[in-house]
Amino acid sequence: MDRQDLLKIKERELARRKKFTLRCCMAAGCISANAEAVKAQLEKTVADLGMADDVEVRGVGCLKLCCQGPLVQVDPRGPLYEKVTTDTAPAIIGSLKGGKANLSQADPHHPFFERQQAIVLANSGQVDPERIDSYIAADGYLALHHALTEMTPKEVLDAIDASGLRGRGGAGFPTGLKWGTVAKSPGTKKYVICNADEGDPGAFMDRCVLESDPHNILEGMAIAGFAVGADQGFIYVRAEYPLAISRLQLAIKQAKQLGVLGSGIFGSPFNFNVDIRIGAGAFVCGEETALMMSIEGRRGTPRPRPPFPAESGLWECPTLINNVETFANVAAIIRHGADWFAGIGTEKSKGTKVFALAGKITNTGLIEVPMGTSLRTIVEEMGGGAPDGGRIKAVQTGGPSGGCIPAEAFDVPVDYESLGQLGSIMGSGGMIVMDQTTNMVEIARFFMEFCKDESCGKCVPCRAGTAQLYALLTKIIERRATARDLQILEELCDLVKHTSLCGLGQTAPNPTLSTLRFFRSEYEALLQPELPNGARATPANHLVTP
Amino acid sequence: MIATLTSKKLKRVDAVLEYASKDKRFKILEVHMKKHQHRHDALIEVLHKAQELFGYLEDDLLLFISAKLALPPSRVYGVATFYHFFTLKPKGAHTCVVCMGTACYVKGADKVIAAIQDAIRIKPGETTPDKQVSLLTARCIGACGIAPAVVYDGTVTPRQSPADAVAQLKKWM
Repeated sequence: MDRQDLLKIKERELARRKKFTLRCCMAAGCISANAEAVKAQLEKTVADLGMADDVEVRGVGCLKLCCQGPLVQVDPRGPLYEKVTTDTAPAIIGSLKGGKANLSQADPHHPFFERQQAIVLANSGQVDPERIDSYIAADGYLALHHALTEMTPKEVLDAIDASGLRGRGGAGFPTGLKWGTVAKSPGTKKYVICNADEGDPGAFMDRCVLESDPHNILEGMAIAGFAVGADQGFIYVRAEYPLAISRLQLAIKQAKQLGVLGSGIFGSPFNFNVDIRIGAGAFVCGEETALMMSIEGRRGTPRPRPPFPAESGLWECPTLINNVETFANVAAIIRHGADWFAGIGTEKSKGTKVFALAGKITNTGLIEVPMGTSLRTIVEEMGGGAPDGGRIKAVQTGGPSGGCIPAEAFDVPVDYESLGQLGSIMGSGGMIVMDQTTNMVEIARFFMEFCKDESCGKCVPCRAGTAQLYALLTKIIERRATARDLQILEELCDLVKHTSLCGLGQTAPNPTLSTLRFFRSEYEALLQPELPNGARATPANHLVTP
Repeated sequence: MIATLTSKKLKRVDAVLEYASKDKRFKILEVHMKKHQHRHDALIEVLHKAQELFGYLEDDLLLFISAKLALPPSRVYGVATFYHFFTLKPKGAHTCVVCMGTACYVKGADKVIAAIQDAIRIKPGETTPDKQVSLLTARCIGACGIAPAVVYDGTVTPRQSPADAVAQLKKWM
């Protein structure tokens, strides 16, 4: 396998292209809206009408506008049909012959599509995720070939460093720096881990990337392995994503058969294998040290850092651990160059970010925008505002570790620093829109309940603190609390934030703190006056046995 | 004292192994362990397979796994109880998983749960007395675009109202 072979596959794949291609979204959102039956119906109609030579029906990854599924895109330059059913599908085939399909179509000039810039999702909805040839036709594995045959590991590291790519898992650690540390760490055995344990409720970007373009992740991991000197990769993926798991398994099998994974890739001395590890439902396993414990087959409890995984990680070997979306950027950076990537985004946050837009918003789905796009653009222009004439009140980013950003602050550009200043985080990319019917105290309690249940129990501030915070929030919601309770709530939030062992506990108070900051009146409206004799409840009275 | 405890434990393991030799599913599980070369880090994979074969993880099954992987029973039990995906109690013939991710919650998943609780009188995590229906909640199934989503026997169903969910469950009972 060499460059010529890749180009040959690409040529063969392009030659296969027929006059029309119907791209059917086969991501989990559309599948649950019966997309598989729609695709089967389209195939049947094409066969019945004897149009198989002219029309290809192709299953592809996410076409992004999840709320209108099942989606079918007609190529070349045809419309994107929404809410296609088995009854209406034949009309699409009819329209290819010049007729008109009386079906709902998405407006291609809507900001939802026009404002997007695709790097991570460039292949999503284009390639068939179940065929490696389809990925190669989109210049897949050329970046790996280029890195292995024309670059040194140092040059790859420099390129990633110069691109300004930062970790897409939430914290935004510079990727080049992390790779460099692993590369420098002594040791003959090193590992690369892809963190696909997308635990944030309300986030589905990684699921879509894995389901839509699994080879891109494999290519990114292999390039990373070459750069840091690792020969083994693991993808740790949630058990809740069965489709992503099966597509990854298929992709790994195909890549091995073709020789783009395995031993002596592209005739170089570089070997790289990837194994899948399936999670078993523990939010804390998104934390890197807990995730590694889980890969080792143990309870997923975190440990103090340092030593950082880059120095001592999986089985005490230097380990590079990055999020799905981070790896998804790697091949594009090698293909187009670091300068190209560094030219997108803001001064400190480069490239694009994928967000899962959901909640009380008209257009739910997946968007990829350049860093620095304002929340107003995302929510009001692209998302189309609240449905049914509602008023948007806030946007929640970062899941249980993030915060609620009020509508007044929507002009903030979306980058790591700006969101941090608002008491939220970029997070992995879940963006939940809330309207005036959402009670912010209940949202705070919802996330606290989540953290309480997901706390692994290893450290006391998180285990006991989240339970007490949950009890206090319940007390406020049930109108049994006084101003003193609110004060205790704030003090305890501060304590849990600063004394917990891992990211779960350290960020668990964020939703509460940010709603306190921006929607304090909602808390205060629920408070009871102090006892008439001036007596104050002592903290001990508030402690509730969980 | 210690001696009696140890011999008692050994007897139980022997009994489990004896009983396991007559059940085909244990054979399949053993083949799976062999595929992973009985490596300790394959414990979670083995538990996944065991749950797939048996439906849930009963104590004897965990003992069997610990004996075959040469791990202390405490380690196997510890891992099985740590992760939400593993269940130590049998499930009903049908399962209904209500997604309680943020998007589903904002769109009324809590009301779906409340309606189900009202209608069939079981809480999340419980099974109806006739062993027909288990009600579960999920953290997030990543189907936020079609919230609120409910998974009926493995099929993700979009935009469920409380009435839709109750109607579906009544069909099973």
